[in-house]
Amino acid sequence: MRQSMASFGFGERMGRGLHLAFCAAVLIFLIAPMLVVIPLSFNAEPYFTFTEGMLSLDPEAYSLRWYRNVIEDGIWQRALGNSILIGVAATAIATTLGVLAALGLANPAMPGRGFVTSLLISPMVTPIIISAAGMFFFYSRLGLGQTHLSLILAHAVLGTPFVVISVTATLVGFDRNLVRAGASLGAGPFLVFRRIQLPLIAPGVISGSLFAFAASFDEVVTVLFLGGLEQRTIPRQMWSGIREQISPEILAVATFLVVFALLLLGAVEWLRGRGRSGAAGGE
Amino acid sequence: MTGHRSERKAAARGGRQVFVTFLLAALACWHAGCGTGGITVVSWGGSYAEACKKAFFDPFSAETGIEVRVESFNGGLAQIRAQVETGNVHWDVVDLEFADVVKGCDEGLFEVIDIDEFPPAPDGTSARDDYFEGTYSECGGGGTYYSGVYAYNRESFSGERPSTLEDFFDLGKFPGRRGMRRTPVVNLELALMADGVPTEEVYAVLSTPEGVDRAFRKLDTIKSDVVWWETGAQPPQMLADREVVMSTAFNGRIFNAQVLEDQPFTIVWDGQVLDYGQLAIVAGTPRIEAAKQFLLFASRIESMAAVGRYIAYSPTRRSGMDLITTHAETGIDMRPHMPSAPENLARALRNNPEWWTNHAEEMTERFSAWLAR
Amino acid sequence: MARPLRSARLRAAALTLPLVFFVGVTFIAPLGSILVRSIHEPQVADALPQTLASLEAWDGTSVPSEDMFRTLATEFRLLDEQRKLGSVATRVNRLESGMRSTMLDTARALGDADPDSWRDAMIAADPVWGEAKAWLAVRRAGERFTLRHYLNAIDLDRDASGNIVAQPPDRRIYLPLLFRTLGVSLVISVICLILGYPVAYLIANASPARSNLLLLLVLVPFWTSLLVRTTSWIVLLQNQGVVNDLLVAIGVIGDEGRIALVYNMVGTLVAMTQILLPFMILPLYAVMRSISPVHLRAASSLGATFRQGFVHVYWPQTLPGVAAGSLLVFILSIGYYITPALVGGRTGQLISNMIAYHMQESLNWGLAAALGVILLLGVMLLYLVYNRLVGIERMRLS
Repeated sequence: MRQSMASFGFGERMGRGLHLAFCAAVLIFLIAPMLVVIPLSFNAEPYFTFTEGMLSLDPEAYSLRWYRNVIEDGIWQRALGNSILIGVAATAIATTLGVLAALGLANPAMPGRGFVTSLLISPMVTPIIISAAGMFFFYSRLGLGQTHLSLILAHAVLGTPFVVISVTATLVGFDRNLVRAGASLGAGPFLVFRRIQLPLIAPGVISGSLFAFAASFDEVVTVLFLGGLEQRTIPRQMWSGIREQISPEILAVATFLVVFALLLLGAVEWLRGRGRSGAAGGE
Repeated sequence: MTGHRSERKAAARGGRQVFVTFLLAALACWHAGCGTGGITVVSWGGSYAEACKKAFFDPFSAETGIEVRVESFNGGLAQIRAQVETGNVHWDVVDLEFADVVKGCDEGLFEVIDIDEFPPAPDGTSARDDYFEGTYSECGGGGTYYSGVYAYNRESFSGERPSTLEDFFDLGKFPGRRGMRRTPVVNLELALMADGVPTEEVYAVLSTPEGVDRAFRKLDTIKSDVVWWETGAQPPQMLADREVVMSTAFNGRIFNAQVLEDQPFTIVWDGQVLDYGQLAIVAGTPRIEAAKQFLLFASRIESMAAVGRYIAYSPTRRSGMDLITTHAETGIDMRPHMPSAPENLARALRNNPEWWTNHAEEMTERFSAWLAR
Repeated sequence: MARPLRSARLRAAALTLPLVFFVGVTFIAPLGSILVRSIHEPQVADALPQTLASLEAWDGTSVPSEDMFRTLATEFRLLDEQRKLGSVATRVNRLESGMRSTMLDTARALGDADPDSWRDAMIAADPVWGEAKAWLAVRRAGERFTLRHYLNAIDLDRDASGNIVAQPPDRRIYLPLLFRTLGVSLVISVICLILGYPVAYLIANASPARSNLLLLLVLVPFWTSLLVRTTSWIVLLQNQGVVNDLLVAIGVIGDEGRIALVYNMVGTLVAMTQILLPFMILPLYAVMRSISPVHLRAASSLGATFRQGFVHVYWPQTLPGVAAGSLLVFILSIGYYITPALVGGRTGQLISNMIAYHMQESLNWGLAAALGVILLLGVMLLYLVYNRLVGIERMRLS
């Protein structure tokens, strides 16, 4: 690893070996559970363990039957539809409001910034059971129990902190002189935003909204409290699956979700890289 | 460059259209409730709900054109109370344990139904006389007998196998984890019976504070080895996965796993707790007419008996008993698998819904405090 | 000079206003409704107005007057006709066990009768009406505003004469659960620190290419659905699961001696540690990356061993990361719900699961709300500490 390490003695080298082994074990602990799910979802048998056939790589022991079940099952299709509907609408609200707020927070003139930031981030740290219970009381009283709207609002507010944080991060190094320059050249605030700020914060906006979407796409507790049969989402469906009758179909859905997570992660990392190289190019 | 930009604009416009469509759909759902065409019937999920769907949900839809959406739950009145209390009733008909039908009826959670509107037996006997004694409530319709039994996976035992209720509580003779339902119902009775209380005295003993203590003390003896289940589908699953060596269960679930999945399960009928349930209409549902139609359909002898062709539960109307024949899918004779078969009744306790109507609240509170410790 | 500044301030504030408003309506207001629920319980007061008015003058010890009996019986009967007595009785029953059946049976026993002595008729229906405790329970259940739920949430209660007393031993469950939750969170934070620190060090000091690859290994689980990760632990840890199979295959345990690794506290600890580990590694990594390796090298060139250099030079510089990661993991774990609910069994449940139980099953919403407020205050306090120590602006997502 680091050249300087070589100057340490034998004991230190042993230590380094142990360190690497320890880290490998921890990383396996982090990754392995997900890796186990993927092959098991191709199990031809309705079990959750590797059959002898699977271990000897017998193609007969593998099957796509669980995937077929999931894809053909109307329940999962509806759940996917609900997840997308709620996720997209919530993300749209969270992104719009979050970007505006982040622009305000990044302005040095912003009064009470610390307090406002804490307030806006609070949905992220509040235990979800409390948020969900409160929303249940509140939305039921408004007659919004068991509606898509209540879930969209719930997921939107839970998603806003992600947008605020991501966008604020991209604005940290932002040179406000550019805004002033734009304004002095006669551009209105909206034009300044579109032409100067938006391109700079775009990676933050996109990754923040991807975070918000991922959060909504994985959220189950508010759905349990606010949603009914018509608002079943993918995680809600998984939740009943896990609690009621774990079938290998759950593993097939889980594999979908792992792939989905990889895609999202890839997108965010790509944006981050772009943001960085863009900044480097500017220097 | 310009081409690129207009492409982007088009994409943005497309995105906006999709978004607006989504919002409109959401608003429509919010305003009118999605899919108000049918009714939502809440049942116990898994193979029981499957059986009911084939036995009378689907025939009902075919006859009336009213769609039946099936939601599942784990029994109890909590969700119904929450809906009525917050004024968001979205369940229409619920399949409940009888004690809960009576209790919910007292609390005004269910619509009162006139039993004289129910179709009579084929020989003309009125529904009121056709129901077994005490098996209908002024808010209930339909109805089946089922039983709380325990079962084991034969593969979990190489030598001697459990055969009595006492064996369930005997960790020395049969070590290993046991599944039990996360509720005091049935469990307190099983504990007392296993502790030597004769079946006819169980509820008398339970009515004394010492009797309740005694039941909990008996449960204490296996507490650390119990895996608590909530849904009826879990016990066969836990037995198949050998997560537990034996588990209490609803008998029909075990039956279905035996005949449909060829699972090596054995039911121990000794000490079974025979119980029954009914359907009820949630008070204040905006779909009351369709719900009533459904309840009347469910109370026909044919509907009630048809359940017994898919799962080992028998009807609570006398005339329905004669209609029990063979399993619709495998042709197995259903009678020996029913809780009411004479050979299964050697030591059986009839659940006392009245006792539970009065004591469920206290017992549940005590039980959950006991679980949490 | 002052005017442009003020307009800049206004403009900045105006930009945040829509979100502040949105968070206020869709988030802060719901939290407020929890607070209200925890102290406000008007249902019994609304249902028995005359009885409660007549009970106001009562001394709380003597047998109530014939008038009070009549008022109570009349209101019970009215409620029973409207089928509302059951839910009122359930609330009274929470204060005095047995009152539910007492009230329902009494209403039924009285029927449409118009007895000469309401007192005799009611005591005949249930002798408990001759005792003060039944009346006290009705009176206390009729308080519109009450701190009872907070008392219950810390295993206290008021006795018949209004003194605060401890709950009977078999009902003291909430404080132990609270401590269990804190203990579990602490253990998870410590384990995450022990597991995460060396990994963060490795990533921070690796070559850029390798560092990126290792970082991805941390980020993949971070992005993967919580339910997927929880499911995979069930698959791994259950009795016939991969881990037990492996242990049997290599002969550590026999087929009969499979270990219970899930549906208990072990399951909760293992799954939560894995799920929260990235929240420890990422802030540690962020801090370590900014520490120049020069310091350690300088220490070693001055003759310090690696250990001395680490303890005196490196570790102190990583403390901000340690604090940030540990606090974050701690804050997240004390509110954890999904994972304990799915893999915790009976013994691996946390305070959130109890709140969910009272929200969804016992429907004791007042108690659920009081427990929620206590948990919320704890989290808010930690959040303030986090804010002070780390600064919320420095929170990073990747």
